[in-house]
Amino acid sequence: MVTALARTGTRFTELSARERASALLDLGTFRELIGPFERLESPHLQPQGVVPACDDGVVVARGDLDGQEAVVLAVEGLFQGGGIGEVSGAKMAGALELTLRDAERGRIVRPVLLLETGGIRLQEANLGLLSVAEIHAAMVALRSHVPVVGVVAGMVGCFGGMAIAAGLCSYVVMTREGRLGLNGPQVIEQEAGVAELDSEDRPLVWETIGGQQRAATGMADALVEDDVTAIAGAVRSAFDAGPPAEHRSAQVERYEARLAQIDTLDQLDGPALRALWRDDGGGR
Amino acid sequence: MSRGRVWFEALAGAIPDGEPASVLCADGTVRGGSARFLAVVPDPEATFPRARNGELGLEEGWALARRVRQAVAEDDGEQRALVAVVDVPGQPYGYREELLGVHLALAAAVDAYATARLAGHPVVALVVGQAISGAFLAHGMQADRILALYDSGVAVQVMSKRSTARVTRRSVEELDEIAKEVPATAYDIASFARLGALHRLIDGIDAAEPDAEDVEMVRDALAEAIYSARHDGSTDLSGRFASPEARQHRDASLQVRKRLAEEWSR
Repeated sequence: MVTALARTGTRFTELSARERASALLDLGTFRELIGPFERLESPHLQPQGVVPACDDGVVVARGDLDGQEAVVLAVEGLFQGGGIGEVSGAKMAGALELTLRDAERGRIVRPVLLLETGGIRLQEANLGLLSVAEIHAAMVALRSHVPVVGVVAGMVGCFGGMAIAAGLCSYVVMTREGRLGLNGPQVIEQEAGVAELDSEDRPLVWETIGGQQRAATGMADALVEDDVTAIAGAVRSAFDAGPPAEHRSAQVERYEARLAQIDTLDQLDGPALRALWRDDGGGR
Repeated sequence: MSRGRVWFEALAGAIPDGEPASVLCADGTVRGGSARFLAVVPDPEATFPRARNGELGLEEGWALARRVRQAVAEDDGEQRALVAVVDVPGQPYGYREELLGVHLALAAAVDAYATARLAGHPVVALVVGQAISGAFLAHGMQADRILALYDSGVAVQVMSKRSTARVTRRSVEELDEIAKEVPATAYDIASFARLGALHRLIDGIDAAEPDAEDVEMVRDALAEAIYSARHDGSTDLSGRFASPEARQHRDASLQVRKRLAEEWSR
């Protein structure tokens, strides 16, 4: 069995999106689709005074995981906060649609999403919205054939419409540094006031939406070190486990019961929720 | 009364039951075919304070998922249509919401609508007011067919204008200037229609206070959308690329898919 041990001891989050995709796949199998030299850029940024990127901030890579065909969709958090525009969104949706087409023909390709993204790119607005809906649609259809695995590792976190995508994943792998939430802390503070959430209070933010909290309350499946080998291992284990009996986003009864336990008059915080939700077998 | 409630009551013709009060759900008919109508409306008494103005939050996401999945589980003969009446100002911005996983609640609604569509239920979204951001992704965007009323109070966008102005540090006037050049950033429904994802823009309707004739016109449009969704042989969203508008204004989306397909297998 070939595994990606080329970068043992390397911090995953220090790598670029392209390097992360490569490091995750079996050694020597990385092949990029619509690579940077094809220069398929966003046509919408230049007119708004933003310098486009030659890959629009998403790398689509084919390769193998444990000798099985795979596709890795890696968002580059350093470009426009990992915002999803028309081209980057179409790269993700289009690749997932091809993965689905193959699965329907009995050819399984393992899909992995590396989610370092603030959500929809505001400069492309409704084009991003349409793309993200198409990503969601392909994910739901694909999940019944093969697990869809998401990784939220870096400091950008995973927010907005792409946090919904993370919610649709069969399995979510997180690091302690990773954050997963619908609205970013700064947006909440701006919209609801500092009394609602102090976005500068880092311990509070991580205790609310950080990887450790998400894993402890069952909203992520694996908590791993920020290390290439650890993340590559967790992704492979997720595929070994096969599709879950019931996807998290389909567990309506369980989550409605969980919400019914909440008393909104009480001050609820991360540790209190871990105690409350642990009892129902929350940490999967 | 919110537009969502006005149109829900006009079309469903039934008293909704069940909890939470912010999610209206009732079974009715559209020109003889059975349909389940769903809407999210303001509830000043809602359990979660940040979601009392019609926002689609924790309770709303999971309740929509429950109601949609219930229809999928019950129908083994003719699958009833699901009609999402859309008037949602967005998702709630709150500390509790994030702690309790509002991203997952919205994913649950996305999942349920997509699952219903894949199972063969015609899923039709009718946009009668605001369709903003995560709330629209969760309630509307997974539909086979999206209909919208042509009205100045109908808006589709990824963030409210006020919030976008603050986040991008631009004035509302500047945003309006940009929107003239870049239709994807505009709020009005005619601009959204240019992206080609709408099945139909319904003109000549009083969206805020519809009379009986308006309601009948919308009922006809719903019936046509349900019929075409049921009979086009497709359960995915590829129809959003079929229009001339999409071919023109989502050319990059099509280019990317074409190249991916060429390079997919070596």
